[in-house]
Amino acid sequence: MNKLSSDQVKKVARLAKLELNDKEVEKLGQQLSETITYIDKLNEIDTANIEPTSQVTGLTNVFRKDEIKPSLKLEDILPQATNTYNDYFKVKLILHKND
Amino acid sequence: MKLNELSLTEAQKGLREKKYSAQELVNSCLERIKLIEPKLKSFVTVCKEKAQQEAKDADGYLKEGINNKPLLGIPFSIKDNFCTKEIKTTASSNILKDYIPPYNATVVARLKDAGAIIIGKTNMDAWAHGSSTETSDFFTTHNPWDLSKLPGGSSGGSAASIASDEVIGSIGSETAGSIRQPSSWCGTVGLKPTYGRVSRYGIIAMGSSVDSPGPITKTVTDAAAILGIIAGRDGRDATASAKKVENYLDNLDKPIKNLKIGYSEKYFQAADKEVAEKVKKSLKILEKLGAKVKEIKLFDPQYAIAVYTILQRSEVSSNLGRYDGIRYGQDRTYFGEEAKRRIMLGTYCLSAGYYDAYYLKAQKVRTIICQDFQKAFREVDLVIGPTSPSTALPLGSSKNHPMFGEVADVLVEPSTIAGLPGLNINCGFSGEGMPIGMQIIGPQFSEGLILNAGYLFEQATPELKVKPKI
Repeated sequence: MNKLSSDQVKKVARLAKLELNDKEVEKLGQQLSETITYIDKLNEIDTANIEPTSQVTGLTNVFRKDEIKPSLKLEDILPQATNTYNDYFKVKLILHKND
Repeated sequence: MKLNELSLTEAQKGLREKKYSAQELVNSCLERIKLIEPKLKSFVTVCKEKAQQEAKDADGYLKEGINNKPLLGIPFSIKDNFCTKEIKTTASSNILKDYIPPYNATVVARLKDAGAIIIGKTNMDAWAHGSSTETSDFFTTHNPWDLSKLPGGSSGGSAASIASDEVIGSIGSETAGSIRQPSSWCGTVGLKPTYGRVSRYGIIAMGSSVDSPGPITKTVTDAAAILGIIAGRDGRDATASAKKVENYLDNLDKPIKNLKIGYSEKYFQAADKEVAEKVKKSLKILEKLGAKVKEIKLFDPQYAIAVYTILQRSEVSSNLGRYDGIRYGQDRTYFGEEAKRRIMLGTYCLSAGYYDAYYLKAQKVRTIICQDFQKAFREVDLVIGPTSPSTALPLGSSKNHPMFGEVADVLVEPSTIAGLPGLNINCGFSGEGMPIGMQIIGPQFSEGLILNAGYLFEQATPELKVKPKI
């Protein structure tokens, strides 16, 4: 089985901005390893010279006119936020000095 | 017959002919909800006062004889991942447990423009991640045919609300199976339209290259009526096709003489014996109606599980990246176990060094699956098979099975990956009395033909028109 190390699990969690406790790291590591072993089944299929499909609509370049239209109102949007300041969303510090 | 038990088409007719008022119809549904919700738990939110007010307005319009609103006064339940203006929309997740959208999803806006009344929002697997409605962050919905069983999912609340006559019409969404599989387990009609036939705008995104909203109803005619209203181009979703929307009601009863129907033994081998037998028997019924049934070869559905798992998890990890708790909702510590598992796998599949091995590989096998169906549809007009390998499973079945949904949806995943439309229709009952579903799949944009075949099958099997005792 394709076993994921706890360091790998922690790295993926960091990329996804998820905080996991030790128990979760262990459980998810086990379950992800099982699932990855399952999806490795695809290696049985020869895909040489096959183009990938990213969407199935057959549509290309759907354009619209670049016009200004009324949008949602500020007073409808802001009440959903946890923190606001003078009609702005207030966010926590993201970039730190040492980053 | 109580008013809440009516089909959509019957209710439309009765309201027009003034046999009853929209208020009586809405109240009849609300009474039913009050009576059985403690046992069934289909709804996350019931909008009693709002619905009653809208019914009063609808009665005013009906009195005036307004006829450009085909759904005027018809009570609907809507899966809770469709944004509804001023009505809480949670996707059954703790992150969005208090979220009140400032706008309507296109599907909701179109239903409301047509006069529909939203009675409430239905329970689902949180973020639509699952096939049981058991991974809802709030509670589990029960199957109306047997309360100790699961309704299926992720649109389990919608299917249960239709099967138990809590509402007249319902809307669900399917990424792979989320309309067809709960419809199969609850004995309802469920139509997953072609990807791009119905706009995704305002639906809490899951797998953006596969998400397809569609109706869950009591009859095939009802599904045809709703599709005609919600389908079509939308300036807010570039993948919504500009292809003309047919009047799906026009050809429902067209004879299907010489219609070529294919089936693949691989789909029947993957299903329980009882399920396989009933669907095979249904093929005989369609043969009697004039269809030519033949065996065809289709790509092994088992591989579709792996393709779907990779594509869906990857798209989930991207779509759920926006939930940071800043503009709305709670922060990322509120994600449930299933969501975390899916985000983690998707992030892994898309991360540097693994993208080619997983995401790109899955996209290539997706091409093979699409081509396989194209080949099949040169030989036959429609493909039929079991919708789910089993009938409804007991409560608790999804626990500790990280791939429960994928296995439950093995028979709908290939057509989903290819973006094809599919209809679930009840085709019998198990020894235990649980509904068995058959699916009719067609080429892209063949909803008219699929509904036609489904309608004739439904008319030929009046003995299946029974309701659960709850």
